Amino acid sequence: MNQLMKEKIVLRVISKFLIPYILLFALYVQWHGDFGPGGGFQAGVIFAAGFILYALIFGVNTVREVIPAYATRALLAIGVLTYALVGVATILMGGKFLDYNVLAHEPTHGQHIGILLVELGVGITVASAMITIFCTFAGRAEDKEEDAET
Amino acid sequence: MSLDFPGLFNYWLIIILMLIGFYIVIAHGNLVKKIVGLNVFQVSVFLLYITMGKVEGGTAPILADGIEVYSNPLPHVLILTAIVVGVATTALGLALVVRIKETYTTIEEDEIDAMENQG
Amino acid sequence: MSDDLIIAVLMVFMALTGVAIARLHNLFAVVMLTGIFSLLGAAAYVVLDAVDVAFTEAAVGAGVSTVLMLGTLALTNSEEKPAPPKNMLAALAVVGITGAVLIYGTLDMPHFGDPNAPIHHHVAPRYLNDSGTEIGLPNVVTSVLASYRGYDTLGETFVVFTAAAGVLAILGRVRRPKRRDERAQTTEQTSGGGKS
Repeated sequence: MNQLMKEKIVLRVISKFLIPYILLFALYVQWHGDFGPGGGFQAGVIFAAGFILYALIFGVNTVREVIPAYATRALLAIGVLTYALVGVATILMGGKFLDYNVLAHEPTHGQHIGILLVELGVGITVASAMITIFCTFAGRAEDKEEDAET
Repeated sequence: MSLDFPGLFNYWLIIILMLIGFYIVIAHGNLVKKIVGLNVFQVSVFLLYITMGKVEGGTAPILADGIEVYSNPLPHVLILTAIVVGVATTALGLALVVRIKETYTTIEEDEIDAMENQG
Repeated sequence: MSDDLIIAVLMVFMALTGVAIARLHNLFAVVMLTGIFSLLGAAAYVVLDAVDVAFTEAAVGAGVSTVLMLGTLALTNSEEKPAPPKNMLAALAVVGITGAVLIYGTLDMPHFGDPNAPIHHHVAPRYLNDSGTEIGLPNVVTSVLASYRGYDTLGETFVVFTAAAGVLAILGRVRRPKRRDERAQTTEQTSGGGKS
């Protein structure tokens, strides 16, 4: 009959094999956005894709044990705050809002640091947003199935 | 305003794609299909902007030694933002469709209109 | 020349996919074709030298967007009403008029790939020329996105945050603890009745 996806051995083995590489690739894209195509948005989406694959195979409740609801909610806000606080930090250091030149002793170093932090904030927010949106949709589908059974 | 065919051919193909997306949005009553049509329309609009930014003989705007001509990076930045905003609005639209289905038990526009007019 | 041919072929495939999306009634097939459409768009972006955009479009359009639409189909029905659209002629007329106006608008545009187009003459040369010395990163798109136009990217991050918060507000459920208690009560009753 219809097996659950996590009982199908090929899906389970291949997804467990691939998910670490997906997350690693997401981190690679995040940090190497300066030297090639990439950056915060792409990295966040690929990172969320790793978690979404895990949720598709093993169920939303299992992935919620890995990254609970309060964690994604907090990370959503932390990403945006990182970006905004970099801007506030540049004001406190004497420059204008989001003027990265003042972040270090040399302007190009300041720009590097600023862009790194800012892209990190964007990546965190995009990853948690995609995970939140998917788990909300999938959680509602599982609730509907439970309601239909009981 | 010369009708120079080869230079503008790409834009006309893109306009055909836009019209297909537009037709899907206005001519179908199913809400999910409308959102799909909106996605099709969005991709073709992005294609229009990227086509405007291409420079003949240029490469991707990643600075490297020995390359003189680059394509214009500004449309790329604009479209990156637009893609992410597009997926955000798609997610919100799909969430609304789910709630409409739970409230009206249908996602066909004319049936929803009939229910609204009766009640 | 071969680049133009590749782009034209890709766009013809995209048009065929679009027509198939318009004609099909099975929504599962429509969602899959949307993923294919986004992937063809990403391939067209690569040929047009927009590698960052292609990356994002492939990840977002052919990845997350398809999964979300499939999630929606799991929560609603997956078949469109098979009747043809009622006002097809009116829709085609509107589409035709819009297309004619748009094509009339493109007659003034510079040719595809023209390096003397006005779009390449204002801020873009400054970004390309000075990004190496002012910022020092090879990827000009990242430096424009995060540094020169950093304020816009802050707004975009807020938009993503708002979308996630909106989906939580529309679809989030807060009655989970109560249902767990209800389930505990019902299992107590049934197991208590079975044991005693």
